[in-house]
Amino acid sequence: MVSYIIKRFLMMIATIFIIATLTFALMHSIPGSPFDSDKTSNPVIQQNLEKFYHLDDPLPVQYVSYLKAIVTFDFGPSIKKPNETVNSLLERGFPISLELGMITIIVACISGIILGTLAALRHNGLIDYFAMAIAVIGISIPNFILATVLIQVFAGQLGWLPAATWSSPKHMILPTLALATGPMAIIARLTRSSMLEVLTQDYIKMAKAKGLKPWRIVFRHALRNAMMPVVTIMGTMLASILTGTFVIEKIFAIPGMGKYFVESINNRDYPVIMGTTVFYSAFLVFMLFIVDIVYGLLDPRIKLHKKEGETS
Amino acid sequence: MTNIDVKDEWFRPKKKDGDEKEQVMRPSLSYWKDAWRRLRKNKLAMLGLIFLVLLALFAVFVPIFSPHSVTTTDLPNQNQPPSAKHWFGTDEMGRDVFTRTWYGARISLFVGLMAALIDCIVGIIYGGISGYKGGRVDMVMMRIVEVLYGLPNLLVVILLMVVMGPSLTTIIIALTITGWVGMARIVRGQVLQIKNYEFVTASKSFGASSSRIIRKNLLPNTMGPIIVQITLSVPSAIFAEAFLSFLGLGVQAPYASWGVMANDALPVILSGDWWRLFFPALFISITMFAFNVLGDGLQDALDPKLRG
Repeated sequence: MVSYIIKRFLMMIATIFIIATLTFALMHSIPGSPFDSDKTSNPVIQQNLEKFYHLDDPLPVQYVSYLKAIVTFDFGPSIKKPNETVNSLLERGFPISLELGMITIIVACISGIILGTLAALRHNGLIDYFAMAIAVIGISIPNFILATVLIQVFAGQLGWLPAATWSSPKHMILPTLALATGPMAIIARLTRSSMLEVLTQDYIKMAKAKGLKPWRIVFRHALRNAMMPVVTIMGTMLASILTGTFVIEKIFAIPGMGKYFVESINNRDYPVIMGTTVFYSAFLVFMLFIVDIVYGLLDPRIKLHKKEGETS
Repeated sequence: MTNIDVKDEWFRPKKKDGDEKEQVMRPSLSYWKDAWRRLRKNKLAMLGLIFLVLLALFAVFVPIFSPHSVTTTDLPNQNQPPSAKHWFGTDEMGRDVFTRTWYGARISLFVGLMAALIDCIVGIIYGGISGYKGGRVDMVMMRIVEVLYGLPNLLVVILLMVVMGPSLTTIIIALTITGWVGMARIVRGQVLQIKNYEFVTASKSFGASSSRIIRKNLLPNTMGPIIVQITLSVPSAIFAEAFLSFLGLGVQAPYASWGVMANDALPVILSGDWWRLFFPALFISITMFAFNVLGDGLQDALDPKLRG
């Protein structure tokens, strides 16, 4: 187990390093200076600006100081927002994005697992068809489309829920719903198929033969094993929820990191784009690392290391 | 002693009547014919296929024959609800939403199919070499894939789009740079499994070259999973294009894609101009749905284990 964790950890570091290097290389391959568009026709001002942001240093020097900055978690100032640094934007925006993401994951997991389990228990029944219809529709509708439709119906025509911001639980309903439906659909489908497989296993028959109550069989025996495929896709799901927060925050005017990121894309605020990309990538890669290790701990069938005396 | 009446006919050669018994009752089906037969039974998948064919036809012909142009603005007629003249209404510049929706279908299908096709070519070559060579080559190649697989796709695509500037070509390039990895993994897994089968060994013992074995033995037998992967990667490319356009990184005005149209409709959704959002949203969703059910259907139809 320990050697596996070390191996995975080194790979994580390699991935983050590649992302950081890629980001640096891409950003510096853009012709011209980020200040070209500012109409500062005075070359002295432009030179001073470049000096201030260390853009006049030779590239290797910039690269090394860039890597140092990443290790010390300092992504530098924003060049389009005065008096803001990437860190200050992250400190303000990321907790809100994290909150949106966490609520989404919890909602998606709980509703997806319930829906999938019910569908499996009533295989080919009405609930099954209903659940799978919801699942296929959920996978087919992109989250930003769903978000706009929800606003139009619940905030516009019905006027039940507020259409924007993130100030009270009532404000959180629509964004969470928009973001959680896709992952929920995927979880429901996976849970259903793995649950169907697990329910035919011998130990479930055994549990039935022992006369255990049906709900106990489902929760204690079947669900635990049926959850493994869901844990497997958790990593990719986190990535899609994370990128989903960009558009959802843009649509609902939620002041999270996604909103700042989209803004920085639109006004080409390179340090913010670079910093956010590296931060989010590192965050995601770290979560993938955690998911992998949790998976190893959960599933006794996966042997991460050979026991002594074992041959295969 | 009794005389036996020896008859001539006893010594005639027996008529061959075994022919009918030996005949195979079921006509022999090739893998593809059998898959098609099973796919046809799957109503939902067929519905998806028919929808996609119609979508492609309409996408090609509607913008050609439509009386309205995709880009011509008509400011006096802005934000008109659907009518006999403008079936899907008009947008804030007075452009016909019906024509723009089908033009958007062109863009979405083009991006989706091109990205999937390039992914497929790169993935087959990379995965094929990695799986066939095995050993150290495979290990190094798969390490690279593992690291790339850990990259958050859409973030990299956003970064590439920021650098390369928004256009249709750059979307396809950005999507394929990150997209081929999944295909490579699938092809490699398949090749690794099949290359140890007897018919490949037989081929080798006849002195077939590596390239012949890959082309004639390995690839045809991996086609099933490859096709399924293509069908499932097209909708994700379509989603990515709509997503990028929605962020302002996709197709640029005055041209339309479904994502651009949905983004343009965002400021007016609370004012009741529902048609601006409804039609692009509907078409994105149905198209994704059609590709997903077709992919699911193909997965079942092309699985040799389910062959009945």
